[in-house]
Amino acid sequence: MALQASKVQVGDTYTQKLTDDLSRTQIVQYAGASGDYNPLHSDEIFTTKVAKYPTVFAHGMLTMGMTGRMVTDFVGDGRLTAYSVRFTRQVWPGDALTATAKVDAVREEDGQGLVDLSVTTVNQDGDVVVMGKATAKIDP
Amino acid sequence: MAAKKFPVEAGHIMMFARAVGDPNPIYHDAEAAADTEPGKTIAPPTFYQASAQFDPDYFLRPKIGEPWFGSGKEPTGVPPTRTGGDGGTGLHAEQRFEYFRHVSPGETLTLKTRPGKSWERQGKRGGNLKFSENITEYYDESGELVVRATGVGVRTEKVVESD
Repeated sequence: MALQASKVQVGDTYTQKLTDDLSRTQIVQYAGASGDYNPLHSDEIFTTKVAKYPTVFAHGMLTMGMTGRMVTDFVGDGRLTAYSVRFTRQVWPGDALTATAKVDAVREEDGQGLVDLSVTTVNQDGDVVVMGKATAKIDP
Repeated sequence: MAAKKFPVEAGHIMMFARAVGDPNPIYHDAEAAADTEPGKTIAPPTFYQASAQFDPDYFLRPKIGEPWFGSGKEPTGVPPTRTGGDGGTGLHAEQRFEYFRHVSPGETLTLKTRPGKSWERQGKRGGNLKFSENITEYYDESGELVVRATGVGVRTEKVVESD
């Protein structure tokens, strides 16, 4: 279900809860699927004793991937033309994450309608963990 | 180094979508995908990063028969100098994707990588920060650019302090 230009307005928001309690197992799942086995994400002994972090933490790309679900649920399948984020804060096991897209612009480029979004994901404390932008094709 | 060829596989897309918590049937159910606007299974937006699976030298995957920097008998399997034992860490600062189209299982993508910009700045929580861009372009079998991915890595002087 793609967005229609006539039905969205600048300032509209779409929010989705991504997780209530991020598990270490989901982080391991992401390591397996992505191929990024950095022990900082799954190896508690390495992470605490060698790297000196309090515990393992999520791949930034896991948070970007989870946030991507919110974006594609909002704009529709196969509609994205750009998606970028900055990783602003680490995501830890047990975190609850909520992602929001805000419509920044509805425009046309070479006859193709586009929607520009600001994308923000926050943790249970309201701290921003990723922030970025997305652009998607939109129907008239 | 990066993967040179990235075969896009249905099972890989399914596992990737599960890992990012996306239940959208377009990623795991070919019949349901046939009824969507793309008309077939497509890769989720950040799937392209999983091309690391096809990089024979990817440094964040243990290699058969070689020491690994994660824990085994000891907290790390290699001398501290190779792990940034000063406490400094390489982290992912930013990631950008541009999509010219979305790919489907059965395609094989060819990757071209090149370094982008690099810069430094003083950070609040991790000391001096060194940033560098790495650009990967994904081409389809007809030589068309389908996706451009730009990763920005940051190297910190010390462990990033939580607050």
